[in-house]
Amino acid sequence: MTAATLRFEGVGKTYDGSTALENITLDVNEGSAVALVGHNGAGKTTMMKLLLGLIRPDSGTVRTLGVDPAGPDAPDTKRSLGFLPETVAFQQAMTGLDVLNFYARLKKEDLNKNPELMEKVGLAAAAKQRVKTYSKGMRQRLGLAQAFLGAPKVLLLDEPTTGLDPALRRDFYDTLLSLKHDGATVLLSSHALSELEQQIDKVAIMNEGHLIAYGTMPELRKAANISVRIRLHTRHGIAADIANHLGEANISKVNGHTVDFSCAPEDKMILIRRVSDLGIDIEDIEIELPTLDQLYSHFRNGGRLP
Amino acid sequence: MNAMWIIAGQEIRDGFRNRWIIALTLVLAGFALSLTLLGSAPGGTVGASPLLVTVVSLSSLTIFLLPLIGLMLSYDSIIGEVERGTMLLLLSYPVARWQVMAGKFLGHMAILTFATTIGYGIAGGVAAYSSKGVDAEAWMAFASMTGSSIVLGSAFLAIGYLISTCVRERATAGGIAIGIWLLFVLIYDMALLGLLVGQADFINAGVFQLLLLANPADAYRLFNLGGFDNVAVLSGTIGMMADVKFSSWALAGVQLAWVVVPLGIAGLLFKKMEI
Repeated sequence: MTAATLRFEGVGKTYDGSTALENITLDVNEGSAVALVGHNGAGKTTMMKLLLGLIRPDSGTVRTLGVDPAGPDAPDTKRSLGFLPETVAFQQAMTGLDVLNFYARLKKEDLNKNPELMEKVGLAAAAKQRVKTYSKGMRQRLGLAQAFLGAPKVLLLDEPTTGLDPALRRDFYDTLLSLKHDGATVLLSSHALSELEQQIDKVAIMNEGHLIAYGTMPELRKAANISVRIRLHTRHGIAADIANHLGEANISKVNGHTVDFSCAPEDKMILIRRVSDLGIDIEDIEIELPTLDQLYSHFRNGGRLP
Repeated sequence: MNAMWIIAGQEIRDGFRNRWIIALTLVLAGFALSLTLLGSAPGGTVGASPLLVTVVSLSSLTIFLLPLIGLMLSYDSIIGEVERGTMLLLLSYPVARWQVMAGKFLGHMAILTFATTIGYGIAGGVAAYSSKGVDAEAWMAFASMTGSSIVLGSAFLAIGYLISTCVRERATAGGIAIGIWLLFVLIYDMALLGLLVGQADFINAGVFQLLLLANPADAYRLFNLGGFDNVAVLSGTIGMMADVKFSSWALAGVQLAWVVVPLGIAGLLFKKMEI
């Protein structure tokens, strides 16, 4: 079993009397990517600040790469950390490349690699321009570039894809994948749930300072027990007959050549087997698993892990 | 390279980029030159060294200008970066908080030193050029005036850092900075004078002198206007200086304490600050 790269153990944190986090216990293992999902103010940013040692927990322990991030050994481990804050800001009068060079010096990285990094985030042409002239998307890209400095072992990314166009989003996820391939651990928070699903290993759902669900997508689906939606395309005119064969399925719509129905996750395979026994009468089958969006709203509305 | 020096270097580079350094140098050189040129007219008839006249007039300029410059450079250096969000990112890097503060302070001090040395240096050069011979004491007085001006500016830099770590909003820091400037530079002396006139019975010479040391601007005045006999004659403070028993070393120590103590407290507050 690999040791957890990021660890929360019974962590609580209050700001001026209001609770930001309560009794959070969460391990992120080496080389995995975890998404923190939750509404604004659910405690995602507080968790990242705790992992960076910028604030201390009121109770419980936080460990980043095995050490206390607010403790005396923290500065060494920070060289292996890449962080992108939610709203990223830079010294306005500096050029993009100046900014990147400054941060690279702090991490004791080779400055010669920086032009290449600027190109990777699509800022090669704007590298010599002042940050003041950058658009929001360009600042976000510069923020990503500094987070990727020196092939970090841990990436903490707060809303990394806001302001990125689809092509850059894909590039971003590709970069993430290659860093992960090299053993990097990723914790990212996002509102873009649909695009996240394919990119991550586990999801942690936060609500008002509580961790309400944590697991892989299949685990969460199982725990949520949300019904699976299936659509059958049949030969013309026999859809109604087919619908009668489905038994325990919950038929929602039938017309000439399609049947829409939903069923409990554990009945899914039984029904699919029954459907395939019908032979050539079935032309196609579409299975729609609950999306992260659906899971998120399910858990937020009171559904909890058993 | 140590993170502190990287941050100091960044602060200096930023100072050049946003033209702060150029503007400060021009302002200081402009004021210093005009004071020197205007001040040299009466000097000619009394026979005083023009450089010494310059020392006296530049000390008066310093007392108003350098505290203001120091506070303007530093009042938002911590809270401003916290508000903009750059501090959050900076502290996620392998730097200790004391390195951030010390680095920024050193960078600001370098900016101040550069602007003061160049600005006053031009004025001193002009004053020396316009007179036949300048003796060593005049040069010493000029050099120690320039040096202590930088220390005075640094003291207010340090006070600015203290303000910057105490407040929760940048705007508050700006207001407090102006208040501090008014207090130390204008109100303090007036209040002291009022106290002397109105309540002379309660204030003996010892208390009065301690009260002078409690203001970095007054400590600066005592150091420069009383430190060299010829300067004291020129500035008309020789009578007062006869009563003041502080040595130049003690006064220099007080000025340095005004740098170290506020900066130290600011460092402690910054360490506890939640970003």
